[in-house]
Amino acid sequence: MSEISAEQVAHLANLARIALTEEEIEHLTAELGQIMQAVEKVSEVATPDVPPTSHPIPMHNVFRDDVVGDNVLSPEQALSGAPESDGSRFVVSAILGEEQ
Amino acid sequence: MARAELMDYDKALELFEPVIGLEVHVELNTTTKMFSPAPNPANSAFHGAEPNTLVTPVCLGLPGSLPVVNGAAVRSSISLGLALGCTIAESSRFARKNYFYPDLAKNYQISQYDEPIAYEGSVEVELANGRVFQVPIERAHMEEDAGKLTHVGGSTGRIQGAEYSLVDYNRAGVPLVEIVTKPIFGAEADAPELAKAYVSTIRDIALSLGISEARMERGNLRCDANVSLRPRGTEPLGTRTETKNVNSFRSIERAVRYEIQRQAAILAKGGTITQETRHWHEDTGTTSPGRPKSDADDYRYFPEPDLLPVEPSRELIEELRAVLPEPPAARRRRLKGEWGFTDLEFQDVVNGGLLVEVTLTVAAGATPAAARKWWTGELTRLANAGQTDAASLATPEQVAELAALVGEGVLTDRLARQVLEGVVAGEGSPREIVEARGLAVVSDDGALVAAIDEALASQPDVLAKIRDGKVQAAGAVIGAVMKAMHGKADAARVRELVLERAQG
Repeated sequence: MSEISAEQVAHLANLARIALTEEEIEHLTAELGQIMQAVEKVSEVATPDVPPTSHPIPMHNVFRDDVVGDNVLSPEQALSGAPESDGSRFVVSAILGEEQ
Repeated sequence: MARAELMDYDKALELFEPVIGLEVHVELNTTTKMFSPAPNPANSAFHGAEPNTLVTPVCLGLPGSLPVVNGAAVRSSISLGLALGCTIAESSRFARKNYFYPDLAKNYQISQYDEPIAYEGSVEVELANGRVFQVPIERAHMEEDAGKLTHVGGSTGRIQGAEYSLVDYNRAGVPLVEIVTKPIFGAEADAPELAKAYVSTIRDIALSLGISEARMERGNLRCDANVSLRPRGTEPLGTRTETKNVNSFRSIERAVRYEIQRQAAILAKGGTITQETRHWHEDTGTTSPGRPKSDADDYRYFPEPDLLPVEPSRELIEELRAVLPEPPAARRRRLKGEWGFTDLEFQDVVNGGLLVEVTLTVAAGATPAAARKWWTGELTRLANAGQTDAASLATPEQVAELAALVGEGVLTDRLARQVLEGVVAGEGSPREIVEARGLAVVSDDGALVAAIDEALASQPDVLAKIRDGKVQAAGAVIGAVMKAMHGKADAARVRELVLERAQG
């Protein structure tokens, strides 16, 4: 039986950049705990002869040829949805923190 | 920024054992990106493109766009894995590394986590003093590069104080292979040099496979250096730092040495090392703290649901293994013999990270001796003056052309050095520069004879001496002629002509 703490919920919210109030954290802690328990049911049937599944379709090796496609955007198209640009690049507000 | 206290290097080695680990990112030079059919700026055909001209909806993370794996990038990755002596995974898959930073528009990077394409290898690295190391490789995995941010405003152009940032997604999605070593023990005082030699070897491998342009100054090859110290006679590993932004071979060596000295000074005073990333500053030769190292859990890796597993067939792996180039160490031994270099001459080339340059220059038609001379001589001198790598200053083809011009008698060594400065300044090919700057040796005997006759006429005493058989007196005339020709004459030919004209 896995527990989830309010601290873990607050940490996850921070990583996901979601602002939560104390009440919301409390509420979600309980809900996420229930979800975790529901998901854990899977372990009951996941015996060693059942490999973990990351994809529902048993396919592999789907590759693309190394050829330039016809969907390369013009800078105008690329920037058309940007809230702000300098004509060739996206403008974003100053970032606190650093590159990964 | 306060300068960190450093311990004397020898003293640091006396008290502590350095343990290093290296992460090298290799940008593949496939025609298109890792998961999108956008042109790949790490392929020289698309280098230097205008911002945001090499992007598709996938590169911008637009809703509804889906990645598809570039088969050529997978083959390159397998070849690289094999050349690193790795086992190629029977089944490998991609994973999402989640983080919020605008260098990737999706808010995650597609990488590999628990099932990399290649693992458990070893690379032979030879140092200048002849020591040979087997550097243990933990894994090599495929991932995508991130876009490029330019911070605008603030006083330093660095992140702090920036008012806004400009984002170019051309580099977003460039195929990368990240090669991670296991902790490397036993290098001792050679640890900084080993770090440099290792990255140089990876570059040799990538170039001989033809899978990357592998130019550090363009970011095709990037190195993060992990350094930790443990007190002599103790078992557990010390806390490590990860130095990023190390963009030349010489800075790899300097950065590792700096971290050893910095950490030793802290530990000797009873202090503790903070586990963090540090940024290397080429100008000051120092590192400064970056962010505290994130916990891998914080990236919330999970299998990439948009992509299927990669399961290379045994046939494909054996096909790629069969065409692997000679391993770097064996190739070095062979080349040394073929080129007829002495130990010292060969070491100059290897230590300068110039083995590939000399090889390619010879392939482009230069003699081994000429190729070595220009790369380890004038180009290395210019590189040191400019705090960069010689390989970034000129191409092998340019150096071969320069050597040919000297061989043809068009240039003297002195003029050739001037041409080389032009090449480094980006003025064009050696022949173009000779033309543009009017630097060719005056090989027109008529022009030389005219200058000689004039010099002889103005120095009748010298003329008399030469006629008396005092040939060494000709030096004064040769000097005057060379001066009149602004040094652009072959002194041996001038001497011949002076003696000839003096008798006439």
